[in-house]
Amino acid sequence: MYAAAFEYVRASSWNEAVHHLSEAGDEARVVAGGQSLVPMMMLRLAEPTVLVDVGRAAERSIQGTDGTLMLSALVRHVDLERSLVVAEACPVLAEAATHIGNIRVRHRGTIGGSLAHAEPTAELPCLAVALGASVRTLGPGGERTIAADDLFVTHLTTSLEVGEVITEVEVPVGGAGRGTCFLEMARRTGDFALVEVAAVVDLDGNGRCAGVRLVVGATADRPADVSSAAEPLLGEEPSERAAQEAGRAAAEALEIGPSTHGSASYRREIVGVLARRALLSATVRARGALGQDGDRR
Amino acid sequence: MTATEVSFELNGRPVQVGVEPNQSLIEVLRTQVGATDVKHGCGEGVCGTCTVLLDGEPVNSCLLFAVQADGASVTTLRGLGHDEGNLHPLQESFLEHGGSQCGFCTPGMVLTAHWFLGQNPRPTREEIREALGGNLCRCTGYTKIVDAVDDHARANRSDHEEENRVA
Repeated sequence: MYAAAFEYVRASSWNEAVHHLSEAGDEARVVAGGQSLVPMMMLRLAEPTVLVDVGRAAERSIQGTDGTLMLSALVRHVDLERSLVVAEACPVLAEAATHIGNIRVRHRGTIGGSLAHAEPTAELPCLAVALGASVRTLGPGGERTIAADDLFVTHLTTSLEVGEVITEVEVPVGGAGRGTCFLEMARRTGDFALVEVAAVVDLDGNGRCAGVRLVVGATADRPADVSSAAEPLLGEEPSERAAQEAGRAAAEALEIGPSTHGSASYRREIVGVLARRALLSATVRARGALGQDGDRR
Repeated sequence: MTATEVSFELNGRPVQVGVEPNQSLIEVLRTQVGATDVKHGCGEGVCGTCTVLLDGEPVNSCLLFAVQADGASVTTLRGLGHDEGNLHPLQESFLEHGGSQCGFCTPGMVLTAHWFLGQNPRPTREEIREALGGNLCRCTGYTKIVDAVDDHARANRSDHEEENRVA
């Protein structure tokens, strides 16, 4: 396999990247880790005429400040898995990252790249919507912030403008009583997800649910926010029965088609199961965070 | 399109080569600098036989354009050990356990295992299986591959413990 010919430009800063992109127009593509774009180029599904490499445009910094985790767009999936700051502030990012591709993909692939690529089965877009994350961007018109939920339009399509790049990802950390969980079902290690679920449960000091987020990925053209299915948990101490009912409601709320590796009814069943487990696990972790019982996560 | 001069270190030796931007690292390694110990498998980053260590970390050489490796250090299987009498102990362990049938996946398996044992010198068998989960063996000789890595890790540990006792 051989990519079509292109001109290669390396950007040493985000400003330089934007400059190169605006000169090259809409046939240019940004490459960072290249673990999604390059296979598409090899298969000739993508034929950019200019490739702007942003891999060395900034540091791969991860900083926790004031209730927010700020990640450089160039942070790699292995960085999420290994970072102590991530483990403290938002461990579910590491949990989701372990599901991405394989160890080689995780050594090159970046968080900004995954969000900008907007592959419907990708882990980080689903999780970003669940966490209420947003991206900071730089484009010809300057900087702006886009909420993850507004970023994903459909298959491989975002609301980024031509020449606009993601420079940072901002993740709200949540309060003391937050528990999170990311679960995925794939046929084999490293395969595209059949179903993935991200859950965020916030408990108040009395162990009652003060907030809940539930997002399903891989079943549609973009992450599906089904948090309303889990609303009956609010104000209650989340129980197994309530989690099961929320899972069932989430599965019913979704439009799910068949995929090559699973019928629609099978995938719907899996949504219910994973949503129940994710809500329960997030609840247990939230209790742990409050010091109410075992698992500190 | 213009050929670009790219410099990197290959198994400790400096290499300088002219490449087109759309040439993958694996193509340049195999056809321009003679590193045929890197094998081309799926070409999509899935099978793992094209694994090289880029600045010490495992990457898909099929999904990296050679221009992106400029300034990096690249390690292939030959960087560990390359002929009879000069095999790396991990390669010896693969030989001893029959952890190589057709041999096509072996370069990626050995490099990935070598990197992994640097990260985790005391892995469980489950951790070894997870670490090699992205390397496919179509002869399906996985058990003996895991045996080879497991045994090598144990031998390494007892060597170190021996040294510590002597010290």
